[in-house]
Amino acid sequence: MSGPRELSRPGKAFAFLSLLVGSFVFAYPFLWMVATSLRTNQGVARAGINLWPIQWRFANYTEGLASFPFWRYLGNSVLSTVIPVVGTVLISSLAGFAFARIPARGAGVTFAVVLATMLLPGEVTIVPQFILFRTLNMMDTLYPIILPALFGSPFFIFLFRQFYLRLPTALTDAARIDGAGWFRTWWSIYLPLSQPIVVAAAVLQFMSSWNNFLTPAIYLTTDTWKTLPLALAGFSSVNSTDTTLLMATTIVVIAPCIAIFFLAQRHIVGGISFSGIR
Amino acid sequence: MQPIATFGLIVASAYAVLFGVMKLATARRWIDRSTAAFWIFISPWVFGFLLFTAGPMVYSLVLSFFDWNLLDPASFVGLDNYQKAAADPLLGQAIKVTLLYAVLSVPLSTALSLAVALLMNTKVRGIHFFRTVWYLPSLVTGVAQTILFLWVFNPTYGLLNGVLDVFGVHGPAWFNSTFWSLPAVVLMSLWTVGGNMIIYLAGLQDVPVELYEAAEIDGSGRWQRFWNITLPQISPVIFFNVVTGLIGAMQVFTQGYIVTQAGGGPDNSLLFLVLYLYKNAFEFFQMGYASALAWILLVMILILTALVFRGSAFWVFYEAGRPTKENRVRTP
Repeated sequence: MSGPRELSRPGKAFAFLSLLVGSFVFAYPFLWMVATSLRTNQGVARAGINLWPIQWRFANYTEGLASFPFWRYLGNSVLSTVIPVVGTVLISSLAGFAFARIPARGAGVTFAVVLATMLLPGEVTIVPQFILFRTLNMMDTLYPIILPALFGSPFFIFLFRQFYLRLPTALTDAARIDGAGWFRTWWSIYLPLSQPIVVAAAVLQFMSSWNNFLTPAIYLTTDTWKTLPLALAGFSSVNSTDTTLLMATTIVVIAPCIAIFFLAQRHIVGGISFSGIR
Repeated sequence: MQPIATFGLIVASAYAVLFGVMKLATARRWIDRSTAAFWIFISPWVFGFLLFTAGPMVYSLVLSFFDWNLLDPASFVGLDNYQKAAADPLLGQAIKVTLLYAVLSVPLSTALSLAVALLMNTKVRGIHFFRTVWYLPSLVTGVAQTILFLWVFNPTYGLLNGVLDVFGVHGPAWFNSTFWSLPAVVLMSLWTVGGNMIIYLAGLQDVPVELYEAAEIDGSGRWQRFWNITLPQISPVIFFNVVTGLIGAMQVFTQGYIVTQAGGGPDNSLLFLVLYLYKNAFEFFQMGYASALAWILLVMILILTALVFRGSAFWVFYEAGRPTKENRVRTP
């Protein structure tokens, strides 16, 4: 199973079949969720492992979304996702550029600190952050969810730095001879060139912000600012019998992630592969 | 005053100080202009780090020596919180659950994602289709994934027990069972191996073909080539995934929270450490004790990471000086 070329015909058939069976196993829960979202409540009890709904019920979607202030929650989710995505991509790119291209005393040590912070569990800071945001009078607002995500992430800084290191230094020299400062050099040359990393980082941040549960669960207590994952969590505890509505709502909530995946598939796969290689 | 105005004022004054210091330092020639530019460029990260990571960590260490319920004034209690932790049976249970989860899920997901990546690296037909299908579940994370699996593992109507029924096996109660609830969460975590699989696949595709050709000329067999070429070549990638996977596993929260309605599950079999921390802080309002728990978690993660780093000397292979992936531009 080592080299890609030397596999025998039966070996190839074995690989193909295993992957096919595995794909079926992996896709099944997902398809089953879609099927459940289209069944009647009685249908769920009778369906078992079958996929095809006997009686179709599209009203699960409208009823599921009508059972909580969907548009309000959606707006909050969009706000608490889009702002961190834009903020963290720009800030991380800026810092990655500085680490890759601006000669400075202390840069190496600082970069080691950035890398080390990747090992720190965010959970250690939830209590003091809670006290900080309480002192700043930011309880039950989106600020505690948005603000910490605005200041760049060590992982993205690392990605941008690695990418910029591979670009020819002549780019910087040419720009500086033309009189561009560091900021112009970054903004009009390096940032546009790093589009693959921009997309990959944006998508990864989107996924983590969109699915974020811990911080919203701590800070958001009223409908005014709650986000979609909280709606799902509340849903599952209140109407635990209404599986069909719950599945329909869940599908609506994850739909943007799946849409974005198909739109940016190339970049995501590229970015993830790029990120894993040290 | 609007809360964000206070925050804006803090940031603005921090920047006023930063620009002032940089101007002074360049004027006095303590540092050159590019060093000043560098610090200004990375200052957003530095401020974020100080404000949301370093500061809070120091603060929580201090807080762990206090007793505070948010309402009454905090009182200094010395090492009481840590003594309480040492004798707390629930904390022992939480550590057991969390470590067991890490020990089960990290090796299993590493083995599965690596095996799938190896299968996909055989120039098999339909690789784009397979890659998409295996990766898609990792988009369904957190609350959505847990809710789906609450129904997959439902003892009566669930998918898994339905399948087991077909084979004549009477499935367990999964999340309702003291013994099976943790294995169920581990199984659930295996559904999202797609991200790691893609990383391994990229690593495998970067192994130089010449190495295999040379080995073939030397007449080595398939397993020899796997053990002596493939594994050493991708060992840094495995190492990276094991470290990040371990840190992630120690911080599991959402699954335990949703499955058990923040309770902890049957006989606390799903009382993950971060869930216990959350309950102490935001249900019992024991801010000091929760901070002590946070530091216990941090120390545990650091020890585990250090152990993996230590052990890595024996199995992670770094080729010195090879112009590898590090210097090659990957165009996705």
